[in-house]
Amino acid sequence: METIMGVTSQRVSDRTMARLELDDLHAEVAEGGEKILDGVDLEVQSGEIHALMGPNGSGKSTTAKVIAGHPAYEVTEGAVRIHLDEDEFDGVEIPDEMRTWDLLDLEPNERAALGVFLGFQYPAEIEGVTMVNFLRTALNAKLDEREELFEDDEGEAEEADEDAGYETSPMEGDVEEGEVGVAEFQEIMSEKMEQLDMDAEFAQRYLNAGFSGGEKKQNEVLQAAILEPSVAVLDEIDSGLDIDRLQDVSTGINALRDEQGAGILQITHYQRILDYVEPDHVHIMLDGKIAKSGDADLARKLEDEGYDWVREETYETA
Amino acid sequence: MSSDQDHLRETDSEKRFEFKKEQNAAFAAEKGELDEETIRLISEDKDEPEWMLERRLRALRQFHAMPMPTDWPSQPDLSEVDVKEIVPYIRPDVDMRGSVDDWTELPDEIKDTFDKLGIPEAEKNALSGVGAQYESEVVYQNMQERWEEKGVIFCNMDKAVQDHPELVKEHFMTSCVPPSDNKFAALHGAIWSGGSFVYVPEGVTVEMPIQAYFRMNSEGMGQFEHTLIIAEENSEVHYIEGCSAPQYSKFNLHSGGVEVFVGENAHVQYSTVQNWSKNTYNLNTKRAICESEGTMEWISGSMGSKATMLYPSTILKGRGATDNHITIAFAGEGQDIDTGAKVYHNAPDTKSTIESKSISKDGGRTNYRGLIHISDGAENSSTSVECDALMFDNESTSDTMPYMEIEESKVDVAHEATVGKIGDEDVFYLQSRGLDDDDAKQMIVAGFIEPITEELPIEYAVELNRLIELEMEGSLG
Repeated sequence: METIMGVTSQRVSDRTMARLELDDLHAEVAEGGEKILDGVDLEVQSGEIHALMGPNGSGKSTTAKVIAGHPAYEVTEGAVRIHLDEDEFDGVEIPDEMRTWDLLDLEPNERAALGVFLGFQYPAEIEGVTMVNFLRTALNAKLDEREELFEDDEGEAEEADEDAGYETSPMEGDVEEGEVGVAEFQEIMSEKMEQLDMDAEFAQRYLNAGFSGGEKKQNEVLQAAILEPSVAVLDEIDSGLDIDRLQDVSTGINALRDEQGAGILQITHYQRILDYVEPDHVHIMLDGKIAKSGDADLARKLEDEGYDWVREETYETA
Repeated sequence: MSSDQDHLRETDSEKRFEFKKEQNAAFAAEKGELDEETIRLISEDKDEPEWMLERRLRALRQFHAMPMPTDWPSQPDLSEVDVKEIVPYIRPDVDMRGSVDDWTELPDEIKDTFDKLGIPEAEKNALSGVGAQYESEVVYQNMQERWEEKGVIFCNMDKAVQDHPELVKEHFMTSCVPPSDNKFAALHGAIWSGGSFVYVPEGVTVEMPIQAYFRMNSEGMGQFEHTLIIAEENSEVHYIEGCSAPQYSKFNLHSGGVEVFVGENAHVQYSTVQNWSKNTYNLNTKRAICESEGTMEWISGSMGSKATMLYPSTILKGRGATDNHITIAFAGEGQDIDTGAKVYHNAPDTKSTIESKSISKDGGRTNYRGLIHISDGAENSSTSVECDALMFDNESTSDTMPYMEIEESKVDVAHEATVGKIGDEDVFYLQSRGLDDDDAKQMIVAGFIEPITEELPIEYAVELNRLIELEMEGSLG
């Protein structure tokens, strides 16, 4: 297995450092059995930015979906693991034997609780659910789930509740112990929205309903910023963005790494976004596996020369 | 706000819908053939005037003369409804004629029941009057004094028969819902008991919603409450009826009647959240007559029951009258929820909008059955009908039967219907953000019905959402 280790990442926030590992991952479409992934090996460490490139149909989006646990795909071989590098996760103690998780055994929401985030190429539109309500619910669900996953014995979970120390005021109403209350959440959300240059009115809009393509992508980054993943997989976050929004989104992605210490796996077809979000590593996917890895120069070479040379190189050596 | 929500959370557990109180009924009609003697007994027990007895007996004759409705396309199966099996009238063992108007006067047992339903909380939140029907009698009613000063009447329907005979005589099951309307309206006319009477004089606006919370609490009994709302010219009122019934081993029949008179330029909103136990046949007749420039709004949430047939209707009688319908229906396993709306445009410049949302799950069936009738001469009328159905699985069914009878050519008619299954991609999207499968689906459903819940007062919106959550968790039997 080829191992791609990044530069030693500096710890910049309280975010849990983790390593996402794809090990000889094989997957097919659950209905019909069409093989898509043919042995993907990849590692993304918190604090690193990886770009995943490749021609249409090479398996990039499938990789992203399989990591997140999309039910349309069946993994036939290999593993997806997350290794948590810390002994503590937002105040929840992580026992040694619970540092490594096989994500394929877990539901999508459990994967999210362990710090995996998927930025969708085509985010769903959910009518009638406001952004603020959705994101607060998601954040609290994630915190709850996290506690459940690490719940070794009852005592620890309760302790964790207190440790998390979220402040709530009696005015907020519907707040359970350990949950982020309405007022506190609104503060978090406005701050993140400001960073992304998003209008305050977004908080009250229905989730992605009637959003422009660009607004949806901005919203994906906003969600990542609020949910604070250890590793964010962003599937063509740059498609359909005009130059202004591309800059906003890029600023948001860089902040995920620089301020929160998240690892980024960015799927893209274009060099354009990589000018703003400089990758530490670039991987080229061909026919369901990583054909070539390199640094930022590799992406620039692709921009000039396309994929043909990679294909030739890959099949010559094979 | 906070304490209210806490209270709802405390009380929304499964047991809230399963409790059942031992009842010492002071009086119960014998099970058996529904005959004149039974009707006379009911009427006598209520000390009713002769004219009301006459109306009951006439309705009884119509009930016996009419056949059971069986010929509607795809109508719910009513073959198990046997009126003989139902003890039609039970009143709680409370020493009262008329109403108790202080919470503390109620027996503990009844207070406990209402506690579980969250009634006192609504009261604490100063939602003005609360009329609650326990068994077939209104035992608790309260009304703010300033309404009385304005001449607003809100009382038990039985009391209204005694105290306001002229108003009742003129409006009770005459022009709006005559007993001849359908077999269950006739049955209702014969054995009705309890319900609310609301009178709002000319030019008066009742600022806070008037609320009544009904429930059934005795095995094998029917509930036949009657609600009569009269809103005079330029008046405005919002009436809220909520129903919740505990579970029973035998079937129950609910056959209520609602009549609303909307005067010139008056505005009436009628909201209801119903949650009948899964063995209840919920067969209601609800109708409004709307004079010129008047506005009638029906907001209905139909939950629970074995079968529901409910089509609130509005007759737009005067020029420029308006009707708005918002309905939501939820059908789980073994449920057949057949609801809709009927609007008769009988005058020019009348306007109606119907928005219907239905959710079906685990083999349940929802059906939107609606009728828009635009009479010859009702020119410049407009109507817009929108029905959306959401299905959880391939076993569930959703039908749409929007009938239109348009006799006038200068009209504007719009109709839109969508039927969809809950989207796997939508669920996955929410799951990827940390919500589990159930929570993700609940959130999608909550969003689907949001246009309706946002019309409701907060307590009812919370209640409706919680009821749907419980339904989806399968914790309601």
